[in-house]
Amino acid sequence: MSIILKDIHKAFGANQVLKGFSLDVKDGETLAIVGQSGTGKSVALKHVVGLLKADRGEVWVDGRNVGEMELEELYQVRRNVGYVFQFAALFDSLTIGENVGLGLKRIPGMTGEAISNRVLECLALVELEGYEDRYPSQLSGGQRKRAGLARAIATQPDYLLYDEPTTGLDPVTTTVIDRLIIRTREELKVTSVVITHDMESAYRVADRIGMLYDGVIRFMGTPEEIRACPDPIVKGFIEGKPELLEEGSG
Amino acid sequence: MTFRVWLPHYLCRTTPEPGIPTADAEGGDPLPISAILKRMRLILFLLEPFRWVGRWGLDTAAHIGRWGGLGMQTVRGLQRVDIWGRLLMGQMAKIGVDSVPIALFIATFTGVVMALQASYTFTGAVPLYFVGALVGKTMILELGPVLTGLALSGRVGANIAAELGTMRVTEQIDALETMAYDPVAYLVVPRVLAGVIMVPMVVVLATGTGIVAGWMTSLYLLDMSTPEFMKGLRLFFEPWDIQFAVIKSVSFGLTITSIGSFFGFTTMGGAEGVGLSATRAVVVSSMVILVLDAFWAATLL
Repeated sequence: MSIILKDIHKAFGANQVLKGFSLDVKDGETLAIVGQSGTGKSVALKHVVGLLKADRGEVWVDGRNVGEMELEELYQVRRNVGYVFQFAALFDSLTIGENVGLGLKRIPGMTGEAISNRVLECLALVELEGYEDRYPSQLSGGQRKRAGLARAIATQPDYLLYDEPTTGLDPVTTTVIDRLIIRTREELKVTSVVITHDMESAYRVADRIGMLYDGVIRFMGTPEEIRACPDPIVKGFIEGKPELLEEGSG
Repeated sequence: MTFRVWLPHYLCRTTPEPGIPTADAEGGDPLPISAILKRMRLILFLLEPFRWVGRWGLDTAAHIGRWGGLGMQTVRGLQRVDIWGRLLMGQMAKIGVDSVPIALFIATFTGVVMALQASYTFTGAVPLYFVGALVGKTMILELGPVLTGLALSGRVGANIAAELGTMRVTEQIDALETMAYDPVAYLVVPRVLAGVIMVPMVVVLATGTGIVAGWMTSLYLLDMSTPEFMKGLRLFFEPWDIQFAVIKSVSFGLTITSIGSFFGFTTMGGAEGVGLSATRAVVVSSMVILVLDAFWAATLL
């Protein structure tokens, strides 16, 4: 039970985003990947579920190579991986309840009643009881993110991938989301990867933190280790000091 | 003088004038650097249309290839009835039923104008009952399908491109994929099927309305009688005409929905990208409709 990315290279036209990105997510842990905006954190995450194909390198989920899978096999992997999108990516034409239940409809043997029970259960977990008949446009940014999380956990996946779960939220809502991430891990025993550029959030939720810089993982360690890291690039980022970043890259 | 000889000469030397001696026996004096650069810029400017045509050709070829790829995925997605089955009726209502008012509005006024202009043209030279023939024949063969097709490329094509484009840029299509849905089966197949089924129905309805509008105009504005109009209507009528119109309409339905879906699916960027996709969907599907119109006329008539 693990997610392994080996030497991933990915370019968009002339822009080489990932230049040998490697990651080993251990069973049951929450791993945060931090880095500046535009460094390719989301790009790396999308490789895990085959939304993007690596130019070079391998992605292994549960001991199976994602890059070599047939579509049906990929769907099986995707059913076991919940993905929380940066801006929630809820379907505007569906209610919150329908959004959360959409993935459940793909599970053979799920009856209508079982689906609606599970939807209510998930909405309760993210504290959105009574919102099932509302549309995404009627929700605030924080509520949408929570609905996105409810949708991701609905199918009881073993893995959860969070793409910038707290970006654009106020500090209180950020803490609420962070607590939800911790609670989700404790209650569902999921293995999680959290993409963020918010260090406070990373310290709160992660067992290990990896810093992505220039297309590769520059540093990987526990929150304590990253705080003590002498590398000016890492230090510059976590302390928000651009002069250190410039010194390190120069 | 060949181009290969002329070009360096033109770039580096002045044009010799007859009777004036120059430094070079070949003709012309050496040009200063600034003049050479000026001439190079002029040549590049003159070559610009060729570069533009080349780039446009390559882009178009790439688009056609990717549109074909989406077409293949759509054919494959047809097998996933479990995904698109329950979405089809909704799309048929949205694409077909909701388009009826605009199609009938256009057809009504086309029928009225056709009758009036035909009578104006025929005055004295051709018997007036030919108004019926002209209204019937042109509505069935041409104006019913093409005007409806063009109107729907705006109403339906732009709508599909904008809707799917917004879903693409807000990662809703990615979200569908992560939930183990085939996004083509979920989003494209029901739209394309609804277009193929409903556009011919809307066209038949519009064509009928246009003919009735022409008939009413003949009765109340042209002092023609119903038997006269019907005589003209039957004069050149062939049952094949209706089949021809339906075949055309099916191809228009496929064009509008597949091109709308293609530009929606390949949207990049934010609001600007969505706007661009909607515009492209309308422009390209209108052009394809007109080309197909000529193609069917050349091959089936």
